[in-house]
This record gives sequence, C-alpha cells and structure tokens, in this order.
Amino acid sequence: MTSVLYDVPGPKAILRNRILGAVTVLIVLAVLGFVGYRFWVTGQFDPSRWYVFTFSNVWMQILKSLGNTLGAFALAAVLSLALGFLLAIGRLSDHAWVRVPVTVVTEFFRAVPVLVLMMLLFYGLPVVGVKMDPYWAVVLALMVYNGSVLAEALRAGIEALPRGQKEAGFAIGLRKSGVMRLILLPQAIRAMLPVIVAQLVVTMKDTALGFIITYPELLYYAKLLSSQQGRPILQSAFVIGGIYIVMCLILSGVAKWLEGRTRRSPKLKGYTPPTGGDPRIHGDSTVTEVIALQRGAGKFDGTSGGPAVGG
Amino acid sequence: MGVIVDNMDLWGVALRNTLILFFAGGLLALVLGIIVGAMRVSPIPVARAFGTVYVNLIRNTPLTLVFFIFVFGYPQLGLPKLDTTVLGILAIGIYTATYVAEVLRAGINTVPVGQAEAARAIGLPFGQVMTLVVLPQAFRSVVPPMMSVFIALLKNTTVAAGFSVLELGAIRANLSERGENALAVLLWVAAIFVALVLLLSWAQRALENKWRIAR
Repeated sequence: MTSVLYDVPGPKAILRNRILGAVTVLIVLAVLGFVGYRFWVTGQFDPSRWYVFTFSNVWMQILKSLGNTLGAFALAAVLSLALGFLLAIGRLSDHAWVRVPVTVVTEFFRAVPVLVLMMLLFYGLPVVGVKMDPYWAVVLALMVYNGSVLAEALRAGIEALPRGQKEAGFAIGLRKSGVMRLILLPQAIRAMLPVIVAQLVVTMKDTALGFIITYPELLYYAKLLSSQQGRPILQSAFVIGGIYIVMCLILSGVAKWLEGRTRRSPKLKGYTPPTGGDPRIHGDSTVTEVIALQRGAGKFDGTSGGPAVGG
Repeated sequence: MGVIVDNMDLWGVALRNTLILFFAGGLLALVLGIIVGAMRVSPIPVARAFGTVYVNLIRNTPLTLVFFIFVFGYPQLGLPKLDTTVLGILAIGIYTATYVAEVLRAGINTVPVGQAEAARAIGLPFGQVMTLVVLPQAFRSVVPPMMSVFIALLKNTTVAAGFSVLELGAIRANLSERGENALAVLLWVAAIFVALVLLLSWAQRALENKWRIAR
C-alpha cells in the first residue's frame, strides 16, 4: 500500500513498523491497565457497585428516560429540518428585506451555544412571564440551533449546483418556486444528505444538555442513580454512555450508508457535492480540471466541512 | 448595562474561566489530536485501529457525559485531587481531540498521492517530502475546518456550567442569587459569545485568505 505519507515498506521499514506497533500496543495497554488497576483498587468491580442494575424497576426507569431522550430528539429533528428549509430558502431569497434578517437570525443562532439558548428559554423567559417546561426548552433550543446549521448546509448545497440547472429551469418556463422545488432542492438534498444526518447525530448528542436544565433524560437519570445504594457513579455513567454510543453509532451508520449510496447514485453523475467540488480536494480530477473549476465556479465557500463540526 | 457594571467581579472571573477552558482545552486537544491523527494515517495497522476506536467512541458520546465521567467519576478512583476546572479542561480536550484528529486526517487525504510519488521520484528524502511537498498543501486545507473546530470548542465550554465551574454559562445561577434579572444576564452572555465567535470567524477568514492556494 502506498500513501501520501509513506511508500510501500521495504524489509527495514516492515521491521520498524512492527516495533512501533508493539510499542503502541504496550502504551495503550499500560494506560488501560492503569485505569483498570485503579478501578480494581477502589472496588469499582465490586458486585455491590452494580447492585442497582439488578432491579427491573431501574431498567424500567432507564427505558422511560430513553423515551424522554428520544422524544426530545425526534421532535427537535423534525422541527429543525423544517426550520432549516425555511431559513435556507429565506437566505437565498431575491428580496433583501427577507434575505438580510434571515441571514442575521441564522448567524446569531449559530453563534450562541445551545446550552445558553436552553437557559434563555428555561430561566430567562419566566422573567417576562412565560413559563416553559424543560422539554420545550430542550426541543426549541435544539430546533433553532440545528435549524440554522442545517440551513447553512442546504444553502451551500444549493449554491454549489451548476448555474445551468437554474437557468434551464427558468428556460422551460418554471417560476422561482418551481425551480427551487423541482430542480434545485431535490439535487441539493440528495447531495447534502450525509451532512444532514451527521447533524442529526449532533442533535441526538445535544439532548444530553437537557441534564443541566433538569430535563429528566438519560444522563439526568444517571445522576439520580449515582446517589443510590453503593454509589454507582462510574457504573451508571458507563451503562448510560453505552446506550448513547449505540444510538449515535446507529445514526452514524445510516449517514455512512447514505453517503455510499449517494456516491454510487447515477442521478448524481456529473455533479460533485460541495465537499468534492472544493478546489482543494482533488480526488480523481486532474489539476487542469481543478483550475477550470476554480475559474468557472470561482467562489470558494469556506463553510465546507463546517456544518458537520459541532457538538 | 447595570447587570455587568454592578457585578464586574463575577463577570471577570467567569470570562477568565471560559478563556482558560478554551485555551487550555484547545492546547490539549491539539496535542492529543495530532497524536491520534498521526496514528490514524500511520502505516501501522494496530495504531490505525486504536485511533479509529478512540475517535468513534468519543465522537459518539455526548460532551455532557464526558464531563460527567471526569468530574463525578474521576474522584472515585482515589487519585490525587484535581480542581473541577482542570477536570473540565481534560474532558473538553479529550472530546475535541477527536475532531482535531479527523480534520488533520481529512487534510492529509486532500493531497493527491501523485504529489508525494513525484517528490520521491526526484529523490527527496522522507523529511523533505513532508516539509516541502505534503505538509504545506495539507496545512492550507486544514486551517478553515480547524478554526470551525475551535469555534465549536469555544461554544462547548458552556457545558462546564453544569459541573460547578464558574464560567459564562454558569454566571446566571450566581447572579440570580444576587437578585439580578436572569433574562438580561443570559442575553449578555449570548452577546458575548456572538462577539467572540465573530472574532474567531474573522480570524478564520483572514487566515484562509492569507494561505489561499495560489495557482
């Protein structure tokens, strides 16, 4: 195997790689062993520490909290998708009086931490007489934040489409709404699907912030459990953490599957999604093509790769 | 404005702690992220496997849970006592390191293999292939997404509010005790974050323009 960083290894390099591999294994084992040893010394493996997890009642409560987490996630996901479309279309509007306010709102919600938004809804609004359930604070905060991030992703997807698509749409007599609905959005959605699902994973992880504003979700229950008999703090963190990791891995798996399917889809032939169209990423195009792309498409959008980053 | 001027002491401490979390966490994330990123692109399969497991495990864990494990779990292990701020730095650094590692790996992958092959073909040794050909190209494509990671890191420092670190996210609780208006306090906090994020995205654009690929 050859890569940018190394050539096909010769006999010397193979030996060196083996030694480095052994050293890596030793270091990782040493770290894990130390943590395991501390666990052993402080009695974390003691049956009394795991005792609470033998009650079916505890598991019923975990299931109920999981339901709360998923409930907040599901509603927030649907609402943020809807808001994302609305804001994306608003940002692409021809009318400045729509475009400018929508841009300001999107940038504002993207810049404010989700937790501060939740606190604004939960602790801030009662001051002006609006009492809000923690559930709604979590859902609405996640909705406006992820909605703005998704709007950015969709906008980038639409702007990365070749201009000819839009022009052809107008040429066959479609109106603005028709061009957007029938031509631009379907292509942009298909291209940005992996980014959208990746953002949904972030939404799922961010429901755990509800813990801080006393929404009874999984992590909140973990905190409750940790004061039970035997004080299973680390144990409940691991059990609950396992549940989160499995849920997020399922969603990430969907994202990866969609990405693979998108790449193979014949409907997207000839169109490189925004990340692939990035002039700096030249997968299988020649330098000449990249230069042509830069001259033609011109604009480089620095937000590529941005939306997926978060948490 | 009164909310800020009357409580200058608390705002000062909160802003300082937020910046400490940001810079110390960012430094830890960079160091750890470079190590893990290097593992993920190394020719050693074992190192690649460990890097992949680490990244996938931590990236699919909510930051709040990482904080939970460090702030509540660490004291259970009977190790030397650490301040919650230090534990918070560890949590946020270890979490962000996975994003740094992914950005670095993606940056290296943007360099076409032909570049390195050509460099080897004209007889450059490994060090020069890296410093003259591969890294300068990778660096340019790493800067903008890396800044996005740091913007996310800055916003994530607020999670420490739930774990008794007095930073900007936690200042509402402290000021409510002094009888201040929670809505006004939180709006100020939001305004400070918008300002800080605008500053960082301005830096992002400036750096991006500075190192833009010239062809």
